[in-house]
Amino acid sequence: MAGARDRLVAVAALTVVWMLLWGVFSWLTLAGGLLVSVLVLAVFPLPPVTFAGRLRPVGLLRFAVRFVVDLWVASFQLAWTALAGRRAPRSAVLAVRLAVRSDLNLTMCAEAVSLVPGSLIVDLDRAAGVLYVHVFDVAGPADIARFRREVRGIERRIVEAVGSDAEIAVVGGGEG
Amino acid sequence: MGVTAVLDAVAGLCLLGGALLSLAAGVGLLRFPDLLSRMHAATKPQVLGLLLILSGAAIRLGTVVDITTLVLVGVFQLITAPVAAHMVGRAAYRAGLVRRELLLVDELAAARGREHGSGGE
Repeated sequence: MAGARDRLVAVAALTVVWMLLWGVFSWLTLAGGLLVSVLVLAVFPLPPVTFAGRLRPVGLLRFAVRFVVDLWVASFQLAWTALAGRRAPRSAVLAVRLAVRSDLNLTMCAEAVSLVPGSLIVDLDRAAGVLYVHVFDVAGPADIARFRREVRGIERRIVEAVGSDAEIAVVGGGEG
Repeated sequence: MGVTAVLDAVAGLCLLGGALLSLAAGVGLLRFPDLLSRMHAATKPQVLGLLLILSGAAIRLGTVVDITTLVLVGVFQLITAPVAAHMVGRAAYRAGLVRRELLLVDELAAARGREHGSGGE
Protein backbone atom coordinates (compact mmCIF):
# COMPACT_ATOMS: atom_id res chain seq x y z
CA MET A 1 0.00 0.00 0.00
CA ALA A 2 1.42 3.34 -1.07
CA GLY A 3 -0.01 5.19 1.95
CA ALA A 4 1.87 2.99 4.38
CA ARG A 5 5.16 3.61 2.58
CA ASP A 6 4.56 7.38 2.57
CA ARG A 7 3.90 7.32 6.30
CA LEU A 8 7.05 5.29 6.95
CA VAL A 9 9.12 7.85 5.00
CA ALA A 10 7.53 10.69 7.01
CA VAL A 11 8.25 8.93 10.33
CA ALA A 12 11.86 8.31 9.29
CA ALA A 13 12.36 11.95 8.23
CA LEU A 14 10.85 13.33 11.45
CA THR A 15 12.97 10.95 13.53
CA VAL A 16 16.12 12.17 11.78
CA VAL A 17 15.11 15.80 12.51
CA TRP A 18 14.53 14.89 16.17
CA MET A 19 17.94 13.24 16.48
CA LEU A 20 19.61 16.21 14.74
CA LEU A 21 17.90 18.56 17.21
CA TRP A 22 19.30 16.60 20.13
CA GLY A 23 22.64 16.23 18.36
CA VAL A 24 23.05 12.79 19.96
CA PHE A 25 22.74 9.54 18.00
CA SER A 26 21.70 7.03 20.65
CA TRP A 27 18.98 4.43 21.13
CA LEU A 28 17.22 6.84 23.49
CA THR A 29 16.92 9.64 20.93
CA LEU A 30 15.94 7.07 18.27
CA ALA A 31 13.12 5.75 20.45
CA GLY A 32 12.07 9.26 21.45
CA GLY A 33 12.10 10.38 17.83
CA LEU A 34 9.97 7.44 16.69
CA LEU A 35 7.48 8.05 19.50
CA VAL A 36 7.19 11.78 18.79
CA SER A 37 6.91 11.32 15.00
CA VAL A 38 4.18 8.71 15.27
CA LEU A 39 2.31 11.01 17.68
CA VAL A 40 2.77 14.07 15.43
CA LEU A 41 1.56 12.18 12.35
CA ALA A 42 -1.44 10.81 14.25
CA VAL A 43 -2.45 14.27 15.48
CA PHE A 44 -1.57 16.24 12.31
CA PRO A 45 -2.07 13.85 9.39
CA LEU A 46 -0.31 14.94 6.20
CA PRO A 47 -2.22 15.47 2.97
CA PRO A 48 -1.69 12.50 0.67
CA VAL A 49 1.37 13.12 -1.48
CA THR A 50 2.19 10.05 -3.47
CA PHE A 51 5.77 9.43 -4.37
CA ALA A 52 5.61 7.25 -7.45
CA GLY A 53 9.26 7.20 -8.43
CA ARG A 54 12.41 6.04 -6.71
CA LEU A 55 15.68 7.68 -5.70
CA ARG A 56 18.38 7.49 -8.34
CA PRO A 57 21.84 8.29 -6.89
CA VAL A 58 23.46 9.36 -10.18
CA GLY A 59 20.54 11.65 -11.05
CA LEU A 60 20.49 13.06 -7.50
CA LEU A 61 24.20 13.82 -7.64
CA ARG A 62 23.89 15.45 -11.05
CA PHE A 63 20.96 17.57 -9.85
CA ALA A 64 22.78 18.57 -6.64
CA VAL A 65 26.02 19.57 -8.39
CA ARG A 66 24.22 21.58 -11.05
CA PHE A 67 22.01 23.20 -8.41
CA VAL A 68 24.99 24.33 -6.32
CA VAL A 69 26.74 25.73 -9.42
CA ASP A 70 23.56 27.62 -10.42
CA LEU A 71 23.17 28.93 -6.87
CA TRP A 72 26.71 30.34 -6.83
CA VAL A 73 26.60 31.87 -10.31
CA ALA A 74 23.17 33.43 -9.84
CA SER A 75 23.92 34.72 -6.33
CA PHE A 76 26.99 36.59 -7.52
CA GLN A 77 25.19 37.90 -10.62
CA LEU A 78 22.42 39.31 -8.44
CA ALA A 79 24.91 40.73 -5.94
CA TRP A 80 26.77 42.39 -8.82
CA THR A 81 23.54 43.89 -10.19
CA ALA A 82 22.72 45.21 -6.73
CA LEU A 83 26.12 46.80 -6.18
CA ALA A 84 27.13 47.97 -9.65
CA GLY A 85 23.96 48.09 -11.79
CA ARG A 86 23.39 51.51 -13.33
CA ARG A 87 19.97 51.23 -14.94
CA ALA A 88 16.75 50.00 -13.34
CA PRO A 89 16.71 46.30 -14.18
CA ARG A 90 13.75 45.05 -16.25
CA SER A 91 11.83 41.91 -15.37
CA ALA A 92 9.28 39.58 -16.92
CA VAL A 93 6.53 37.27 -15.70
CA LEU A 94 6.71 34.07 -17.72
CA ALA A 95 4.42 31.06 -17.92
CA VAL A 96 6.38 27.80 -18.00
CA ARG A 97 4.47 24.58 -18.55
CA LEU A 98 5.98 21.53 -16.86
CA ALA A 99 5.95 18.15 -18.56
CA VAL A 100 5.06 16.13 -15.43
CA ARG A 101 1.99 17.46 -13.60
CA SER A 102 2.13 15.60 -10.28
CA ASP A 103 1.84 17.75 -7.15
CA LEU A 104 5.18 16.52 -5.88
CA ASN A 105 6.99 17.38 -9.11
CA LEU A 106 5.30 20.79 -9.21
CA THR A 107 6.40 21.47 -5.62
CA MET A 108 9.98 20.36 -6.11
CA CYS A 109 10.40 22.30 -9.35
CA ALA A 110 8.90 25.43 -7.76
CA GLU A 111 11.29 25.09 -4.78
CA ALA A 112 14.34 24.57 -6.98
CA VAL A 113 13.42 27.43 -9.33
CA SER A 114 12.75 29.76 -6.40
CA LEU A 115 15.99 28.97 -4.61
CA VAL A 116 18.13 29.98 -7.55
CA PRO A 117 18.36 33.79 -7.46
CA GLY A 118 16.71 35.77 -10.22
CA SER A 119 13.50 33.77 -10.36
CA LEU A 120 10.48 33.88 -8.08
CA ILE A 121 7.23 31.94 -8.35
CA VAL A 122 4.37 34.45 -8.46
CA ASP A 123 1.56 32.00 -9.06
CA LEU A 124 0.90 28.54 -10.37
CA ASP A 125 -1.83 26.67 -12.11
CA ARG A 126 -1.98 23.30 -10.43
CA ALA A 127 -4.40 21.66 -12.86
CA ALA A 128 -2.45 22.65 -15.96
CA GLY A 129 0.99 22.30 -14.37
CA VAL A 130 2.02 25.85 -15.23
CA LEU A 131 4.47 27.90 -13.15
CA TYR A 132 4.26 31.69 -13.41
CA VAL A 133 7.78 32.87 -12.75
CA HIS A 134 8.97 36.43 -12.15
CA VAL A 135 12.38 36.62 -13.79
CA PHE A 136 14.72 39.39 -12.71
CA ASP A 137 17.04 41.32 -15.03
CA VAL A 138 15.68 40.34 -18.44
CA ALA A 139 17.11 42.25 -21.39
CA GLY A 140 15.21 40.75 -24.31
CA PRO A 141 13.64 37.72 -26.02
CA ALA A 142 16.94 35.80 -25.93
CA ASP A 143 16.96 35.93 -22.12
CA ILE A 144 13.35 34.74 -22.02
CA ALA A 145 14.05 31.74 -24.25
CA ARG A 146 17.15 30.89 -22.21
CA PHE A 147 15.18 31.03 -18.99
CA ARG A 148 12.48 28.69 -20.32
CA ARG A 149 15.19 26.21 -21.30
CA GLU A 150 16.68 26.51 -17.80
CA VAL A 151 13.41 25.70 -16.04
CA ARG A 152 12.83 22.69 -18.30
CA GLY A 153 16.38 21.59 -17.55
CA ILE A 154 15.73 21.83 -13.81
CA GLU A 155 12.57 19.77 -14.20
CA ARG A 156 14.37 17.15 -16.29
CA ARG A 157 17.15 16.81 -13.71
CA ILE A 158 14.63 16.54 -10.84
CA VAL A 159 12.63 13.86 -12.61
CA GLU A 160 15.83 12.01 -13.50
CA ALA A 161 16.77 12.11 -9.81
CA VAL A 162 13.50 10.99 -8.19
CA GLY A 163 10.99 10.21 -10.93
CA SER A 164 9.47 6.98 -12.15
CA ASP A 165 10.36 5.42 -15.50
CA ALA A 166 7.16 6.72 -17.09
CA GLU A 167 7.94 10.30 -15.96
CA ILE A 168 11.50 10.07 -17.29
CA ALA A 169 10.12 9.01 -20.65
CA VAL A 170 7.89 12.13 -20.62
CA VAL A 171 10.70 14.63 -19.94
CA GLY A 172 13.27 12.80 -22.03
CA GLY A 173 11.13 13.06 -25.16
CA GLY A 174 10.97 16.86 -25.18
CA GLU A 175 14.66 17.69 -25.13
CA GLY A 176 17.67 16.33 -26.98
CA MET B 1 50.96 25.66 8.37
CA GLY B 2 48.97 23.12 10.37
CA VAL B 3 45.55 21.68 9.72
CA THR B 4 43.97 24.04 12.26
CA ALA B 5 45.35 27.09 10.51
CA VAL B 6 44.01 25.91 7.14
CA LEU B 7 40.60 25.20 8.65
CA ASP B 8 40.57 28.62 10.31
CA ALA B 9 41.37 30.25 6.98
CA VAL B 10 38.59 28.33 5.21
CA ALA B 11 36.11 29.22 7.98
CA GLY B 12 37.18 32.87 7.74
CA LEU B 13 36.65 32.91 3.97
CA CYS B 14 33.21 31.33 4.36
CA LEU B 15 32.17 33.88 7.00
CA LEU B 16 33.47 36.82 4.95
CA GLY B 17 31.86 35.58 1.74
CA GLY B 18 28.53 35.06 3.49
CA ALA B 19 28.67 38.49 5.06
CA LEU B 20 29.45 40.14 1.72
CA LEU B 21 26.54 38.38 0.00
CA SER B 22 24.20 39.50 2.78
CA LEU B 23 25.53 43.06 2.41
CA ALA B 24 24.85 42.92 -1.34
CA ALA B 25 21.33 41.72 -0.55
CA GLY B 26 20.83 44.73 1.73
CA VAL B 27 22.10 47.13 -0.95
CA GLY B 28 19.83 45.49 -3.53
CA LEU B 29 16.88 45.92 -1.21
CA LEU B 30 17.50 49.68 -1.25
CA ARG B 31 18.37 50.08 -4.93
CA PHE B 32 15.97 47.79 -6.82
CA PRO B 33 12.95 49.58 -8.29
CA ASP B 34 9.86 47.62 -7.26
CA LEU B 35 8.58 45.08 -4.77
CA LEU B 36 9.08 41.95 -6.86
CA SER B 37 12.65 42.93 -7.73
CA ARG B 38 13.32 43.60 -4.09
CA MET B 39 12.01 40.18 -3.17
CA HIS B 40 14.83 38.73 -5.26
CA ALA B 41 17.36 40.69 -3.26
CA ALA B 42 15.64 39.95 0.04
CA THR B 43 15.38 36.20 -0.36
CA LYS B 44 18.10 34.96 -2.66
CA PRO B 45 21.72 36.07 -2.18
CA GLN B 46 21.45 35.35 1.49
CA VAL B 47 20.44 31.72 0.89
CA LEU B 48 23.99 31.12 -0.29
CA GLY B 49 25.23 33.73 2.19
CA LEU B 50 23.62 31.95 5.12
CA LEU B 51 24.88 28.55 3.94
CA LEU B 52 28.41 29.98 3.78
CA ILE B 53 28.12 31.46 7.27
CA LEU B 54 26.76 28.18 8.62
CA SER B 55 29.66 26.29 7.00
CA GLY B 56 32.15 28.70 8.53
CA ALA B 57 30.52 28.37 11.94
CA ALA B 58 30.44 24.56 11.64
CA ILE B 59 34.18 24.48 10.90
CA ARG B 60 34.96 26.79 13.82
CA LEU B 61 32.69 25.05 16.36
CA GLY B 62 33.45 21.51 15.27
CA THR B 63 31.28 19.62 17.76
CA VAL B 64 28.56 17.18 16.72
CA VAL B 65 25.82 18.87 18.75
CA ASP B 66 26.45 22.27 17.12
CA ILE B 67 26.89 20.92 13.60
CA THR B 68 23.61 18.96 13.66
CA THR B 69 21.77 22.14 14.69
CA LEU B 70 23.47 24.12 11.92
CA VAL B 71 22.48 21.44 9.35
CA LEU B 72 18.87 21.80 10.48
CA VAL B 73 19.03 25.60 10.14
CA GLY B 74 20.33 25.19 6.58
CA VAL B 75 17.73 22.61 5.59
CA PHE B 76 14.82 24.65 6.93
CA GLN B 77 16.15 27.78 5.24
CA LEU B 78 16.19 25.93 1.90
CA ILE B 79 12.64 24.66 2.43
CA THR B 80 11.05 27.85 3.74
CA ALA B 81 12.74 30.71 1.82
CA PRO B 82 10.94 29.96 -1.48
CA VAL B 83 7.59 29.67 0.30
CA ALA B 84 8.01 33.05 2.00
CA ALA B 85 9.14 34.68 -1.25
CA HIS B 86 6.22 33.15 -3.11
CA MET B 87 3.62 34.29 -0.57
CA VAL B 88 4.83 37.90 -0.64
CA GLY B 89 5.21 37.90 -4.43
CA ARG B 90 1.76 36.44 -4.98
CA ALA B 91 0.08 38.85 -2.57
CA ALA B 92 1.88 41.79 -4.20
CA TYR B 93 0.88 40.71 -7.69
CA ARG B 94 -2.75 40.24 -6.73
CA ALA B 95 -2.85 43.55 -4.90
CA GLY B 96 -1.58 45.28 -8.05
CA LEU B 97 1.70 46.41 -6.49
CA VAL B 98 3.67 45.45 -9.60
CA ARG B 99 5.15 48.25 -11.69
CA ARG B 100 4.04 47.13 -15.12
CA GLU B 101 6.36 49.45 -17.03
CA LEU B 102 9.28 47.40 -15.66
CA LEU B 103 7.87 44.14 -17.02
CA LEU B 104 9.04 43.12 -20.48
CA VAL B 105 6.43 40.36 -20.72
CA ASP B 106 3.56 39.47 -18.40
CA GLU B 107 2.10 36.10 -19.30
CA LEU B 108 0.23 35.81 -16.01
CA ALA B 109 -1.84 38.91 -16.80
CA ALA B 110 -2.75 37.36 -20.15
CA ALA B 111 -3.78 34.09 -18.49
CA ARG B 112 -5.82 35.87 -15.81
CA GLY B 113 -7.44 38.06 -18.44
CA ARG B 114 -8.67 34.98 -20.30
CA GLU B 115 -9.97 33.50 -17.08
CA HIS B 116 -11.92 36.58 -16.03
CA GLY B 117 -13.27 37.58 -19.42
CA SER B 118 -12.99 41.36 -19.58
CA GLY B 119 -10.69 41.34 -16.55
CA GLY B 120 -13.02 43.21 -14.24
CA GLU B 121 -11.04 42.86 -11.04
